Amino acid sequence: MRRIASFIFALLIGIAAHAAIDPFEFDNESQRERYQHFIEEMRCPKCQNQNLAGSDAPIANDLRHELRRLLQEGKSDREITDYMVSRYGEFILYKPPFDTKTAVLWLAPIIFLSVGVIVLITVVRRRSAAQALPELTIDEQARLRQLLQDEQQVTLKNDNNRRAEPW
Amino acid sequence: MTPELGHFALILALFLALSQVVLPTIGVFRRSEILLQSARPLALGLMVMLSIAFAVLAHAFLSDDFSVAIVSSQSNSELPWFYKFAAVWGGHEGSLLLWVWILSIWSVAVAIFSRQLPLDMLARVLAVMGAIAVGFLLFMLLTSNPFARLLPNPPQEGSDLNPLLQDPGMVIHPPMLYFGYVGFSVAFAFAIAALWSGQLDAAWARWSRPWSNIAWMFLSFGITLGSWWAYSVLGWGGWWFWDPVENASFMPWLVGTALIHSLAVTDKRGAFKSWTVLLAIFAFSLSLLGTFLVRSGVLTSVHSFAADPARGIFILAFLAIVIGSSLTLYALRAPVVLSNAEYGWLSREIFLLLNNVLLLAAALSVLCGTLFPLAVDALHLGKYSVGPPYFDAVFVPLMSLLLVFLGIGPSNNWKNNRVHDLSRRLLPAAIASLIVGAIFPIAYGGHFHWGVALTVCLAGWVIASTLQELRNKLRNAQTVATGLRRLTPAYYGMVIAHTGFAVAVVGVGLTNAYTQERDLRMAVGEHVQFAGYDFLFAGTESARGPNYVAERGLLVVSSNGKQVAELHPEKRRYNARRDQIMTEASIDAGVFRDIYIALGEPLENGAWAVRLHLKPFVRWIWFGGFLMGLGGMLAAADKRYRLLRRAEAVSESVAAAI
Amino acid sequence: MQRFKLFIPLIAFIVLAVFFFAVQKQIGSGDYNPENMPSALLNKSLPQFQLPDVQSGATIAADVLKNKIALVNVWATWCPSCYYEHPYLMTLAQQGVVILGVDYKDEPEKAQQWLQEKGNPYIAVLDDRVGKLGLDLGVTGAPETYVIDRRGIVRLRYQGPLEQRVWDETFKPLLEKLQNENSGG
Repeated sequence: MRRIASFIFALLIGIAAHAAIDPFEFDNESQRERYQHFIEEMRCPKCQNQNLAGSDAPIANDLRHELRRLLQEGKSDREITDYMVSRYGEFILYKPPFDTKTAVLWLAPIIFLSVGVIVLITVVRRRSAAQALPELTIDEQARLRQLLQDEQQVTLKNDNNRRAEPW
Repeated sequence: MTPELGHFALILALFLALSQVVLPTIGVFRRSEILLQSARPLALGLMVMLSIAFAVLAHAFLSDDFSVAIVSSQSNSELPWFYKFAAVWGGHEGSLLLWVWILSIWSVAVAIFSRQLPLDMLARVLAVMGAIAVGFLLFMLLTSNPFARLLPNPPQEGSDLNPLLQDPGMVIHPPMLYFGYVGFSVAFAFAIAALWSGQLDAAWARWSRPWSNIAWMFLSFGITLGSWWAYSVLGWGGWWFWDPVENASFMPWLVGTALIHSLAVTDKRGAFKSWTVLLAIFAFSLSLLGTFLVRSGVLTSVHSFAADPARGIFILAFLAIVIGSSLTLYALRAPVVLSNAEYGWLSREIFLLLNNVLLLAAALSVLCGTLFPLAVDALHLGKYSVGPPYFDAVFVPLMSLLLVFLGIGPSNNWKNNRVHDLSRRLLPAAIASLIVGAIFPIAYGGHFHWGVALTVCLAGWVIASTLQELRNKLRNAQTVATGLRRLTPAYYGMVIAHTGFAVAVVGVGLTNAYTQERDLRMAVGEHVQFAGYDFLFAGTESARGPNYVAERGLLVVSSNGKQVAELHPEKRRYNARRDQIMTEASIDAGVFRDIYIALGEPLENGAWAVRLHLKPFVRWIWFGGFLMGLGGMLAAADKRYRLLRRAEAVSESVAAAI
Repeated sequence: MQRFKLFIPLIAFIVLAVFFFAVQKQIGSGDYNPENMPSALLNKSLPQFQLPDVQSGATIAADVLKNKIALVNVWATWCPSCYYEHPYLMTLAQQGVVILGVDYKDEPEKAQQWLQEKGNPYIAVLDDRVGKLGLDLGVTGAPETYVIDRRGIVRLRYQGPLEQRVWDETFKPLLEKLQNENSGG
C-alpha cells in the first residue's frame, strides 16, 4: 500500500514504487491542467505522505478516476474540493484552508519575519544611539586594541598585497 | 570477524567517549595539563573503536552473515557488493553507527587541525563532542544494537535492501548528509566551549568558520544529491516534496547558511556574538531534532524508520539534555553588552543581518509547517496535511526578498555606505536584470509569465550585481589576470556560492513553470508528438539484472527528423521482493531540458501506459546546489585561516597577560 | 532585563520539548496513533444508498437500519484481514449485534461463495462493486467498520480487522452509551 515519494534519509519501512500512470484523455488542455493540479495538491488518504499523482495505492487510483469524472461532468474547482473534503476530510488537502484552526500556520511566517525585522531595527537603532558611548571596560578595550594590532601586523607580514576583502 | 567483536568495540567506544568527557573536564577545572592533553588521544581512540565496529558491520554485510539481524532484513546474497556496503546505513541501527562514526571522525579532525587552538579550548571542544558521542552510543547499545543476532537459527537468505535504495545515489547521499549534519556539531562544540570559558570573541568566530563552512558544504552536497536521486529513482519527475524528513535536513541547512554568514560578521567585525553563538546552537539542535522526528514515529513520512516509542523517549531525553543545557548555558553566559563595532543603515552588517532574519524566518516556517499537523492532531483538533502548496507560498516571497538583498549585500562595504555610491554601482545590474526578466519569458515561452519573469529577473540581478562587484574589485589591478589572482579563495567561494544559488533558483522557477507531462497509451510502433519532439514506442523486451528481472521499453525520441535519444525505461521486479515493482525512469539529460520517460502498466494488445516529461532547466537545480557546495569548500580553504594561527597564538598570550 | 531576553530560546525549546514528550507518551500508551484517521462523516448522517443485496439481488436502501444501532462493515473477498475478521463478526452476530455488510469493489459470485462457506453475519450485504458507496463513506481500504446510531448518524469509524480486544476497548463502551442515550430519551 505504501509507496515512496521521496528521499533524504531514505531509510524506509515497506513499499513498492512505481509511478501512477493513467493514460487519461481530456476534453481540453485546461481540464488536463486542472486535473494535474488536483492530483498534485491532494493527498492520498491511505499513504504515508504522498500526493495522488505519486501514489499507486488502489485508493489513490480510485480518487484519480473520480477526479477525472468530476472534471468531465463540468464541476467547478470549488465543488470538486468540497466533494473530496466531505468524504475524506481536510486531511486530503495539501494546502489547508485558512480558518481559525489553521490561522497559526498561515500567519506564522509573517509573524516570524515581522519579529525579525523589528528586532533588527531595534538593535541597529540602539547601536546608533549608543555608538558614542564606550561599552567595554578598560581592560577589554586594551585587549581588543591589542588584538586588532596583532591581527594587522600578521596580515601585513603575510600579505603585502592589497587584497580584496573577503566575507 | 565475529559480530560480537563489533559489539565489544562499541562498548569500549562508550567508555572512551565517557573518558573524553570526564578527563578533559576535570583537566579544565584542575588546570591539569596532562588531563587536558588526554582529550586528543581519547578522541583518536574513540574513532579507532568506532572504525572497528563499522568495519565489522560492513564485513557482516559484505560476507552475507544473515545471523546478524539487520543484515538479514536489509541485505541479500544477490545484491551487488556496493549495494551491500550501502545497505549498512540502509536502516535505523546501521545509520546510527554511521552517525557516531562520522562524529568521531570530525572529533579527530578537530584534534588534528586545531593544533593552534589553546589547549584548554580544544579540551572543552572535544569534551562536548564526546558527550554527544556518549548519548548516541548509549542510544545504540540500549535500544538499537546493530550487532543483534538471530541465533540459534539464522535465516538462509536476507530479505533484501529496499529496491528504491539500490541506486548509486544511495551509496553516497546519506554519508554526505550525515557529514553535514554531524559537522555542525563542531560549530556547536566551539560555541559551547566559548560560552563555558567565557571567551566569546572574534577568535572564536575565526576558529568556527572553516568548520561551519565544511559542514555546510557537505550538507549542501547531501541535499543536492538526495534531490537528484529522488528525481531519477522515483519515476514521476519530482525533485523535492517537502516531506517531513526532507524538511529535517533542510532546516539545519537554512540555519547553517545563516550561521556561516553571521560568523563572517563576528569574525570580521566582532559584532553579533550572542546571535552567532545562538545560531551555532540552533543549527546542530535542528540536526538532532531531525534525528528525533525521523526515528521516533511521531511524524508520518514515507521514509521514517519503523516507529518505536521507547526509542522516541530516549532521543527526546537526550535532546532535552543536550539542547536544554546548551540553551541554559547560553542564557546564563552569552554577553548582553553590545560590541563596539560601528555600522550604519547601509552597511554590509545590516544586509547580513537581513539575510539571517530571512533564513531564520524560512527555517522556522518549515518547522511550523512540519509540526503543525502533529500539533493539531495530538490536541485532537483535526487532521490536516501541510504540503508543497504551503511551503511554496512561504518560500517564494522569502527567497525573493533574500535574492534582492543578496544582490546588494556584497557590494556594500563594512560599516557604512552612501546611498548615492551604492545606487550608482548597482543601477546597471538592476536595469539589466529587469530587462532580461521581462524579455526572457516571451522569448523562451512565447508569452509573458509572471513567475518566470520574477525568477529570471532575481537570478539575473544576483549574477549581474556579483559580476559588477567583481569588476569593481579588479578596477585597480593592472591586468585582469593579476587582479583575479589577488582575490582570495574566500571571495571566490562567495561568488561561486551566490552564483550557484541564482542558478538553482533559475532551475526551480523554470522547471516549475515550463514542465510538460503527459500520461499516454502507446501501442508498439506508435508515434506521438509531444512538446516539440517525436516519440516512437518501439516495444518492450525482457531484461535481467543481477538481482532483478525487468521489462524494458525502447522509445526513440527525435526532433525534426533527427534522432535525439534512445530511452530505455524499465519495470523491475526484484527477486527477493516479488510484490514490489519498481519503475526505473529513463532520462535524456541536457543543459536546457531533460526528457524523462517512465513506463506504467502494460495495457491490451502490447500497448503500454507511458509517462512523458519534458523538464526544462531541471539540471540547473543540482548544478546550482553543487556550485553552492563548491563555494563553501573554497571559502573554508582560504589561506587566511592558516595564516592567522599566529595571530591566535598572539591573542592567546595577550589574553593570558590580561 | 537584558539577560532575560537570552532565556527566550530556552523557553521556546522547553515548550517544544514538553509537547513532544506528551505526544510521545500518548503514542507509547496507545492513546494516540498518528496513523489513525477519523472519518469525515463522524457525527454526520450515513450517506444515502440504493444497492442490490449480494445474495438476493433485492434493492436495499438506508432505511434498512432505521431505528437500529448497527455496524456497517466494509469488506471484500480480496482482503486478507477480512478472513481474519470474519469469525469474530459471526460471534458478534450471534450476540445479536446488527451488522450491515458492504461488499466493496468485489465480485458478487465470490462474495456469495464466501458467505456460503463461512456463514453470514450480516442482515444484508450490499453489492458495491464499483465502490461508489465506499467512496461516499470515505473508505480507504478494507476492512472498515462504522457504528451508526438510531438516528442514522455515524458515531465511529474503525479501520482494520475487528477482534475481541478492539471490541472491548472501543466498540462496547460506545454501544452501551448509545443504548442508554436512546432508552433515556
